Amino acid sequence: MLAIPVLALEVLCRTGVVDPMTIIPPSDMLASMLAQIASGDITDSMEQTFSTIAAAFALAVAGGTLIGAAVHAQPRLRRAIDPLLASYYSVPTFIFYPLLVALLGLGMAPLVMIGVLSAAPAVVISTLAGLDGVPPVLLRVARIQRLGRARTLWLIVLPAAMPRLFSGFKLALSYSLIGVIAGEFILSGSGLGYAISFAYQSFDNRAMYGLMLFVLLVAVLANGILYTWEGHLARRRVRG
Amino acid sequence: MSDITAQPALPPPQARPGTRSLDVAVMTIVLLALWQAVGSWTDGIALTPPLGTLAYLADLVRTEMFWGNVAATLGAFALAFVLSAVFGLALGLALGLQRFAADVAEPILAGFYTIPKVTLYPVVLLIFGLGASAKVAFGVMHGLVPVTLMTLGAVRTLPPVLMRAARAMRLTAGQAMWSVLIPACLPDIVNGLRLGFSLSLLGVLIGEMFSSQRGLGFLLVNGLAQHNVKLTTSVVVVIVVAAIAANTLMLRLGNMVRPTAGR
Repeated sequence: MLAIPVLALEVLCRTGVVDPMTIIPPSDMLASMLAQIASGDITDSMEQTFSTIAAAFALAVAGGTLIGAAVHAQPRLRRAIDPLLASYYSVPTFIFYPLLVALLGLGMAPLVMIGVLSAAPAVVISTLAGLDGVPPVLLRVARIQRLGRARTLWLIVLPAAMPRLFSGFKLALSYSLIGVIAGEFILSGSGLGYAISFAYQSFDNRAMYGLMLFVLLVAVLANGILYTWEGHLARRRVRG
Repeated sequence: MSDITAQPALPPPQARPGTRSLDVAVMTIVLLALWQAVGSWTDGIALTPPLGTLAYLADLVRTEMFWGNVAATLGAFALAFVLSAVFGLALGLALGLQRFAADVAEPILAGFYTIPKVTLYPVVLLIFGLGASAKVAFGVMHGLVPVTLMTLGAVRTLPPVLMRAARAMRLTAGQAMWSVLIPACLPDIVNGLRLGFSLSLLGVLIGEMFSSQRGLGFLLVNGLAQHNVKLTTSVVVVIVVAAIAANTLMLRLGNMVRPTAGR
């Protein structure tokens, strides 16, 4: 279905209706992307960006799940941070990035932090929702079977909460990806986001569109994998 | 779709009305203490402590420079939000009423929602040129999709009996939309507008941070560039307070429309 607008854009660009200084034909974007990957020019940026995103995602998932579990166990604490969670995503988190740069210096640390700040609350929220959704009858079964805390957690709570947890992880991936790339784009000295803004500022449209296509494809692919995996989990659950 | 609906405002677990404001107060004090701690730990070089920020802010709001930038951001944001809301509603209603179109559009929109749209900002700049219109367009790019998706979802999950009743009463398409469809979908629509509100604000601010000579986003980056952390901290505080106030207001509004529309 996406083929129609892409083809239309190709025709418009080739016939000169759209100025090549504004948008280049999609086939050229693809060619530029492949050339940049093959030449190894962007290998460093790729490594930098992907390791930053991976670090932010891992920290957000681990920290968010732990915080979510801890908060779930303390109803008093939960009521206190509830208003914070409810309004967290109404604040454009990204505005903290300049402060993080001032705090941590220009480099990987503020990027990881902005990724974690964007992603972790989603994980906390979905952990709370997942733990809330564990049917009490399953916990009673665990008690009847005399399971210890660790085994109850591993055999009962985790599988029961998994679907909700997973949707939090899915959000965490796209949020950390958006946060890190936005950070690189606005203010940084390396990475794919920086490479795009550098290409824009040096009027190198061909390189810029190739990089954009690459970043967008990676984002769509990563989200698509998690989406498919989630569907797989849901189906297995239905089958029991 | 689940990408958006997975972020509901949590229902407070058995909160009594009296303790709720106490909870907010406790949370605010803890956050202020944290802010103070980080501020004094870094000697105010990276983050100005609360009192220093307030003092600076008190001076800042007396300058014309500040209000000029506020006006630039507010103007662009208001336009972006109105455009997102109007087109998002129209698109959501139109798509939601046609099963095939909705099936095609929903995954594409949901995919667009999760990609880093920042990378597309240069394209927006190339098309619209440097200036206010690029910021507005970028705000709309962020805000349009959640409004559309929430409206679309609300229309699709509408109980079929409502539309059957409208047909039985021989309402015209316009009447059915105005007196059945929109009231029934209102809670979800308000929720979508709330998301669209914060995301179009984000879009406008990111646009200003990347390339602009005006606006609060510009002040944020400019404060950093001139080693004026007080300025950056103050602007962050202004945006956070404004965003939370607007969000709370819209949550209230959403609760107000719920009881009459749900039944």
